[in-house]
Amino acid sequence: MSILSNVIDTVKEILAVAQSTATGMSVTLSHIPTRKATVSYPDEPVTIFRRFRGEHFLDVNEDGKEKCVSCFLCAAACPADAIYIEGAEDPRPYEERISMDHRYAKVYQIDYGRCILCGFCVDACPTDAIIHGHNFEWAVYTPGEMVKDKEFLLANKWREPDVKPNEKQKHLAAKQKLPPLNIILK
Amino acid sequence: MSIDVGFLLEALIKIVVVFHIVLIILAYTVYAERRVLAVIQNRLGPNRVGPQGLLQPFADLLKFIFKEELVPLAANKWLYLLAPLVALVPAFMTMIVYPFGGTVNLPWVGEIDLVVTHFNVGLLYVFAMTSLGVYGIVIAGWASNSKYSLLGGLRSSAQMVSYELALSLSVIGALLQAGSLDLVEIVRAQGGFFGLGWHIFWFQPLGFFIFLISAIAETNRIPFDLPEAETELVAGFHTEYSAMKFALFFLGEYANMLTASVLATVLFLGGWQGPFVDQFPLLGPVYFLGKVFFFIFLYIWLRGTLPRFRYDQLMNFGWKFLLPAALFNIVLSAIVALFAL
Repeated sequence: MSILSNVIDTVKEILAVAQSTATGMSVTLSHIPTRKATVSYPDEPVTIFRRFRGEHFLDVNEDGKEKCVSCFLCAAACPADAIYIEGAEDPRPYEERISMDHRYAKVYQIDYGRCILCGFCVDACPTDAIIHGHNFEWAVYTPGEMVKDKEFLLANKWREPDVKPNEKQKHLAAKQKLPPLNIILK
Repeated sequence: MSIDVGFLLEALIKIVVVFHIVLIILAYTVYAERRVLAVIQNRLGPNRVGPQGLLQPFADLLKFIFKEELVPLAANKWLYLLAPLVALVPAFMTMIVYPFGGTVNLPWVGEIDLVVTHFNVGLLYVFAMTSLGVYGIVIAGWASNSKYSLLGGLRSSAQMVSYELALSLSVIGALLQAGSLDLVEIVRAQGGFFGLGWHIFWFQPLGFFIFLISAIAETNRIPFDLPEAETELVAGFHTEYSAMKFALFFLGEYANMLTASVLATVLFLGGWQGPFVDQFPLLGPVYFLGKVFFFIFLYIWLRGTLPRFRYDQLMNFGWKFLLPAALFNIVLSAIVALFAL
């Protein structure tokens, strides 16, 4: 009797093993036709969340005046000491000014070798002049190139996917060799 | 005794053609493995070199060729260099008996057998050659003078001994029914029932499954890849090998995979037999390669699914289950052969 029960147990075990193997195989087979997680990035756009904290840009108001008034609050808030500003007075009337107030930033640099993308500068800014963009392509050949100047940051806005730059603004971005971002905002 | 020049020339041309066909199949098996594994894991896999990555095998080959040839200081140099050849050459020697199809009538050529040669001990020849391959692995493990390689080689020899028995016993049922060891004759014996008289349908399903499992174990593939278990043995017997020497081992492994697929096709799935193959003999190679590719896909699919066996599980499974099951299958086949045929 014991031999018979041994044989029956073995057969039951074989069936259980075969069933579990078949279940596993069907799971892996069912994954073959599914949509893949990989994005062929430079060939296809990559989907980025709207709140993604990428490379900053310096904003301008509807008259084309820079919003930055050189208050140094962003530089003070920066935990990585990545922002360098030189302020200057501009006593001319509004139409001829560079910024929207009497003060403007003569030099505005962000060192992306130091920046940790915490977003404190964006929170600190009283005029919403500095805002996170969505660019993440930062590869450069020398550390010095990681320091981005004011012209770059101003032009950086016009490569975002949901802004509508005019011809002059497009020219600004092209001058800095900034192509439109290859992303989809979600 | 005069040498038949025409026969010699025909055999040489056939060998060259079959060699290149097999090499291309092997190269694209590696590519297919990477792509299929990738899609199973929700990735895309290599798709950069050429359209859909189809030139990837050639890029890999170039990389292997241009790598530095390293020989470990403590290695036995002569054996170390010999081992990849010992692993590869027997694996390639089996290709002369692959029966790609029956006799076809080609334009300009005339009647031609789609097989390099066939002789009355074809199956024994294949088994002899594939068994020689294990020497390459054992020599590699010994000559590298590395503990990981040695353990890989030891495991490989133990595994080969355990599963070679079940493999050889599992085909005896099919041989009893076919009445021949010649691969072409075995395929011809499965031609009944409108080309569907395959041994897997007619009395050998158990033998087929035992053969399939043992063949996977013989070729050191997942879930039986203990000789190269990455997590335990770095890379097993080829830990110390690099560049073209590693590529030769790699090629040998895939050639063995192809041989196992061809044997499974020939012995149990009717080789080139299929519906309407009698009317259109050129369908034969299509059926044959389709079945072989199915088995290669099965290998990859299993690799994407199953984890590795533990060593004692491997031995228990081989000796306590597969071997008795194969013997049981022989008894069954003998009874069937006595009364049903």
